[in-house]
Amino acid sequence: MENANATNAKPEIAVSLRDVNKWYGEFHVLKNVNLDVERGQRIVICGPSGSGKSTMIRCINRLEEHQAGQIIVDGIELNNDLKNIDQIRREVGMVFQHFNLFPHLTVLENCCLAPMWVRKIPRKQAEATAMEYLERVKIPHQAKKYPGQLSGGQQQRVAIARSLCMKPRIMLFDEPTSALDPEMIKEVLDTMIELAESGMTMLCVTHEMGFAKTVADSVIFMDAGQIIEMNTPDEFFNHPQHERSKLFLSQILGH
Amino acid sequence: MVAYVNTETLPSLPPPKGLQGPAAWMRQNLFSNWINGTITVVLVIGILAALIPFVNWAFIKADWVGTSRDDCTSGGACWVFVYVHFKLFMLGLYPEAETWRALLVGGILVLTLAGLMIKGVPLKKYIQIFALFFFPIVAYVLLSGGYFGLPHVETNFWGGLLLTLVIAIVGIVAAFPLGILLALGRRSSMPIVKAICVVFIEVWRGVPLITVLFMSSVMLPLFLPEGMEIDKLLRALVGITLFQAAYLAEVVRSGLQAIPKGQTEAANALGLTYWQGMYKVILPQALKIVIPGIVNSFIALFKDTSLVLIIGLFDLLATIQGAFSNPKWLGYAIEGYLFAALVYWIFCFGMSRYSQHVERSLKTTH
Amino acid sequence: MTDPNLSATPQTLSTVPSKPSFWNDPQKRALVFQVLLVIGIGILLWFIFSNTLHNLEKRGIRTGFDFLSRPAGFGISQTLIPYTEASTFGRTFFVGLLNTLLVAGLGIIFATILGFAVGIARLSTNWLISRIALVFIETIRNIPPLLQILFWYRAILPLLPGPKDSMSLAELFYLHKRGLTIPAPLTEPAFVWTLWAVLGALVLAFLIARWAKYRRESTGQQFPVFWTVLVVIIGLPTLVFFLTGSPLNWDIPALRGFNFQGGLTVIPELTALLLALSIYTAAFIAEIVRSGIQSVYKGQTEAASALGLRPNRTLQLVVIPQAMRVIIPQLTSQYLNLTKNTSLGVAIGYPDLVNVFAGTTLNQTGQAVEIIFMTMLVYLVISLVISMFMNWYNKRMALVER
Repeated sequence: MENANATNAKPEIAVSLRDVNKWYGEFHVLKNVNLDVERGQRIVICGPSGSGKSTMIRCINRLEEHQAGQIIVDGIELNNDLKNIDQIRREVGMVFQHFNLFPHLTVLENCCLAPMWVRKIPRKQAEATAMEYLERVKIPHQAKKYPGQLSGGQQQRVAIARSLCMKPRIMLFDEPTSALDPEMIKEVLDTMIELAESGMTMLCVTHEMGFAKTVADSVIFMDAGQIIEMNTPDEFFNHPQHERSKLFLSQILGH
Repeated sequence: MVAYVNTETLPSLPPPKGLQGPAAWMRQNLFSNWINGTITVVLVIGILAALIPFVNWAFIKADWVGTSRDDCTSGGACWVFVYVHFKLFMLGLYPEAETWRALLVGGILVLTLAGLMIKGVPLKKYIQIFALFFFPIVAYVLLSGGYFGLPHVETNFWGGLLLTLVIAIVGIVAAFPLGILLALGRRSSMPIVKAICVVFIEVWRGVPLITVLFMSSVMLPLFLPEGMEIDKLLRALVGITLFQAAYLAEVVRSGLQAIPKGQTEAANALGLTYWQGMYKVILPQALKIVIPGIVNSFIALFKDTSLVLIIGLFDLLATIQGAFSNPKWLGYAIEGYLFAALVYWIFCFGMSRYSQHVERSLKTTH
Repeated sequence: MTDPNLSATPQTLSTVPSKPSFWNDPQKRALVFQVLLVIGIGILLWFIFSNTLHNLEKRGIRTGFDFLSRPAGFGISQTLIPYTEASTFGRTFFVGLLNTLLVAGLGIIFATILGFAVGIARLSTNWLISRIALVFIETIRNIPPLLQILFWYRAILPLLPGPKDSMSLAELFYLHKRGLTIPAPLTEPAFVWTLWAVLGALVLAFLIARWAKYRRESTGQQFPVFWTVLVVIIGLPTLVFFLTGSPLNWDIPALRGFNFQGGLTVIPELTALLLALSIYTAAFIAEIVRSGIQSVYKGQTEAASALGLRPNRTLQLVVIPQAMRVIIPQLTSQYLNLTKNTSLGVAIGYPDLVNVFAGTTLNQTGQAVEIIFMTMLVYLVISLVISMFMNWYNKRMALVER
């Protein structure tokens, strides 16, 4: 796989943000954000709501448009060129808070849709790949069911499989467990940990400390549209530097 | 990995130039690419080409006040036609000396509606009871007369907007109780009751109103015992009420369906009988949800009242048509229809806005 | 009913264990209530029935359906099947019914095209387009359809010139007060081959679509199905038409004196009714289309974009299939409304079912009961068929949920 040969040479930059700024109307959501992610790294991004963390990762696959600065993904710059956007979206998978599975298609069809129409892979081959990934997320027997028939945790695992079917080189997770009931969080996190261990480049917006401690290379803390702290998980959770990080951690650990 | 950490809070900056302001807005919403730009330009030219002559005709070159068609000299719209016939369009042939009675009813109606619709008005419950039970009686006594020394005005003399409103309001008020009964019947566990309600509702909903009006004007007299005459207006009202009840029943039923089963169970558990539970618990909730639906079906009914001209009643549309068919005023059909359209539009658009407003406020309170 | 006075149990009976009193047994209560209801309705119906019989007898009106075979003795301005004054009342029924179905069918086609166009315009990113669509919708929806029909028929169409000074397009189409005159097709026997070619082209198009789908799924290669099918459907019949020696002539209208000879004249009543109903229904369809497309949750398009699907593919594969589930049921009920609204044609003298049958025929025979019954039955059958379709569709399309 691509990930394997990426690790031996000098660190390759997968995602790079330079002085990225973004406004919603008058509101300054992202302020001079700078970030380099090497191939194979796992980053956890946390911060209070409204701090711009979701906006930042949504800029990486152009679900949101940044207005100043540079975003380079896999060596391709994101700009108004539709070709670049297409190319980047093929390489970047995304998992959403509310799963966003297509309710009118079966689990298998959900997984095959993009490979068939975007990568132009024959149905048989696409289905075989899909079954492979469904097995990896441990729900191959649900392939013929519709999303509405599955539990939240199962749906999120299907969503992960659906992204993986496009064989992306980078995965973005936008609060993948925050819409789930507590008893389903673990099954999704286990899937994500397994994925991390396979060497995938991952950017995860999440507050799951266990996940961060197990697999993350570093934790980024965002507040008011800027990155105000970055550290290894252990350092960040045990000795937060910034006042805001301390406050934030005391709040999420409080309950 | 490298992230550039800013430990100091950066100030919020205003967005760069060209992202805000009218110029940016126009670039985004009117000229986002060359196709959109071309479309915008073509549309603006098209709108101007259509609007300028219309405004010229309808306002600038129009004649507004006068007594006969000879006062229309400017070559634009002849609003004198509407000016002269205004009382006819509003009240039909209602006697001049009794006009105050119709105006009084209109005044009471406006006050009652304001009391119902404006939030924070006290004694809402009593206004509701007045609107549903006493207003129809007061309005009937005032309009028809024959009591308290008021001269009797036959329904043949009722016309114009007055008649349109009478038909619409009687239609909705009279259909309301029947509609609720039908809705409850359709959800009943008694098979015969349910079947009767389903057939009744679906038959009325399946046929056009005009056939219902034909039926009530032609067949109703046949159904009644010999010698029992009912006037034309009442016949139309019977047909419209039955028709409207079927539509209201479906609206109410949708509200009943939205009430969780737990509410009925709770009412039963408290020892309330079916009718007590319905009256005190279920219906108040269901009817609140369906206010927008009721208003929407009232809008439909308001537009449908225009059909009575086909069976020879003189509502707003019919009086206007009658006026411009008069040889003295031939040729002013466009003015007449535009005026009618404006009146209907104001009522219907106003009500649809109100229904949207209620819908929004219901969404936030639930 | 559960009037508390009726349901109060006498003290003496309450000592009987396990068996509830008659009035307190809900099943028996329901039974009694239903029996009373049936008796009440029966009495009402009998009252109406006997009064009607008596009244009809007194007025000397015949009953029964034999009037249907009597000659009608009046003309109809637009007939899709051969009809003369000597034809029967039964035939007027069918002439009227066909005229109703003609307006309904054409109206549905026009209203759908216009409605979808306006609904999509409403969602345009161009502010001006979406505003114009909004103004169109809010204006048209809030004006009674009858007023719109009359407006076109009595205010706008009379502004057109008389046949002598018709507005003409290429000397083939003439628009004037008395309607729209267009060339009428005159077919030769060989024209049947062109019709067969149309059928063949449709079958071929279907096969091409099947083959393209099969090829895409087995090799991943895509095929421009839309354009190929378009070429086949237009090209094949055209080719056959010319190969068989153009077996179609046109009866070109020509002005003789004060009127047109030849050609086909669309009567102004049809024009006005079609215009008004298509526009009125289109305003509702536009709202249905808009809300249907907007009902597809934003996350759906985002997920599709994130997977790399282009906007047009997202529309085709994700948005439209979901929006259609919302749109189709409401659309059918609008079609039903349009069909019922064709009856408003009676106000301008369009010879539809209500006009020629429930109007003229009723006046001539006086047999109100039979005629109104038959007319209502027609609309009821149409409604029933459409709502059966709707139930079937909803069942088939319902999203599978737990």
